[in-house]
Amino acid sequence: MSAVLATQVLVISERSVRRTFRQPAAIIPAIIFPIMLLFVSAGGLQAAEDLPGFPNVSYFDFALAVTFMQGAIFATGGAGTDLATDIETGFLSRLSLTPMSGAALVLGQLGGAITLGVFQATCYLAAGFIGGATIASGVAGVVVIYLLVILMAVGFGAIGIAAALRSGNGEAVQGLFPLLFVLLFLSTINLPLDLIPITWFRWVATGNPITYLVDAVRSLIITGWDGPSILAGFLVAFAIAVLGIIGSAAALRGRLQRT
Amino acid sequence: MGAIEVRGLVREFKKGPRAVDDIDLTVAEGEIYGFLGPNGAGKSTTVLMLTTLLPPTAGTATVAGFDIVKQGPQVRASIGAALQEAALDRFLTGREHIKLQGSLHGMKGADLKQRGNDLLERVGLTDAADRKVGGYSGGMKRRLDLALALLHRPRVLFLDEPTTGLDPQSRSALWDEVARLSREDGVTVFLTTQYLEEADALANRVGIIDHGKIVVEGTPDELKAEVGRSSVEIEPHDAARLADLERALAPFGEPMVTRGTSASIRLNEGVGDVAAIVRALDAQGIVVHQLRLREPTLDDVFLEKTGRSLEGSGDNDEDETPSA
Repeated sequence: MSAVLATQVLVISERSVRRTFRQPAAIIPAIIFPIMLLFVSAGGLQAAEDLPGFPNVSYFDFALAVTFMQGAIFATGGAGTDLATDIETGFLSRLSLTPMSGAALVLGQLGGAITLGVFQATCYLAAGFIGGATIASGVAGVVVIYLLVILMAVGFGAIGIAAALRSGNGEAVQGLFPLLFVLLFLSTINLPLDLIPITWFRWVATGNPITYLVDAVRSLIITGWDGPSILAGFLVAFAIAVLGIIGSAAALRGRLQRT
Repeated sequence: MGAIEVRGLVREFKKGPRAVDDIDLTVAEGEIYGFLGPNGAGKSTTVLMLTTLLPPTAGTATVAGFDIVKQGPQVRASIGAALQEAALDRFLTGREHIKLQGSLHGMKGADLKQRGNDLLERVGLTDAADRKVGGYSGGMKRRLDLALALLHRPRVLFLDEPTTGLDPQSRSALWDEVARLSREDGVTVFLTTQYLEEADALANRVGIIDHGKIVVEGTPDELKAEVGRSSVEIEPHDAARLADLERALAPFGEPMVTRGTSASIRLNEGVGDVAAIVRALDAQGIVVHQLRLREPTLDDVFLEKTGRSLEGSGDNDEDETPSA
């Protein structure tokens, strides 16, 4: 990366972070909602611990991984909605009149999404520790969780950016939210794949990429070092990131018509 | 070569008429060029093309000596622009905007800090520089917008309806600053406006655009002289007597396009006719509700060239923001 591009990415990231953290109404739900859902589901679904084949951990530990997925979905909305606002207000045109490169715009926005993702992950881990969770893979596992969170923030953030650049409309970006939450609930967030009793649900969950992301984080929390799960999670996160960035780049070409 | 040279510039959008239809214009170095027209006339589309944000469908143009299609980056490095509606981030402070935009222009360190402080002082925002823009008034946003456009010392400045929505005091302050930029710093200014008095007060030359075509161009004085004589507009007390009023006025000058409830004529002999007109109306028992004597204005020029009045003529036009 050239020095000029690095500077541009840095200042756009900095602006994205400032903007995000100056909107408490946007950031607080992204922190509070997944944590609330964690405690609610841990209380309500505790009986699942008694199911034959359920991992030998508390449901709270089992469910902790889901917060990270919800955080990634909020990253999608945050990065995309902010960019859509920039398009609607003409701020993107202002930036387009500078020597800013398109890559700097996308990477800078993603920088903001990553910062938010790391902050969220720290809050979720703190909530997990307060709730009595332990990380089976230890301190090194926490580092790997952060790496996966960063990759997920890039992937889901890029999807939000692509949607914003394509539609130029914040409401359209927000429209992704329900879709992603449906995908989330059609994964292994509530039960391990083998314990899902309904056949079609199990098939959908097997084909759902979010299952592999949840399982990777979950394995680091409750199992330890489960190589296949971790590898599958990283591969899926990497594929989402690549597809998201390709989609963003294509949408950017359509949006920025500057000569 | 002028600071801006435009030849045969065209922009077409899908399923629409030509937003800009084969325009030619030249703006000299250091000149303030007023681009006047109603909403939807093609002003903003022209600015978007000249600032390289929108490729033209046909034609050529150079800005600061660079081709807008082939040398986009060089054009952008040479121009500053404050586009319609001050596009600012309400969550950032004025100073943070300066830092962001300056950094993207490659400015840094003491130069950026000093330049930023100078501009904030010049536009009267030093005290508000560390406040979030969301709390700024419309005038303050416009002034910050202008400061940002000037940050990298551009040779050509594009201002797209810079005073729309501003109160008279803010408008006047912005006019003073734009005039000073041209006079003292030699900056070329391309100013679009739908306000006649703005073009009249600021522009060295004016181009009037309507339906994508430039219908007339010249200095404000030249254009007004072209229209020539004073005019009088009379509104009868009894609207039913409008036809009688028009007949009574006919001997005193040529009729002009009316605004519905009044009759206007361009006077044959100037203001000297007014006394005779009043006597003639009195003789025919036409009671006058309002009588307005007007010197030629740019609105008259617009009326003369397009058959419509500029003020309010764009009310039913579609927004000219490009959609394709």
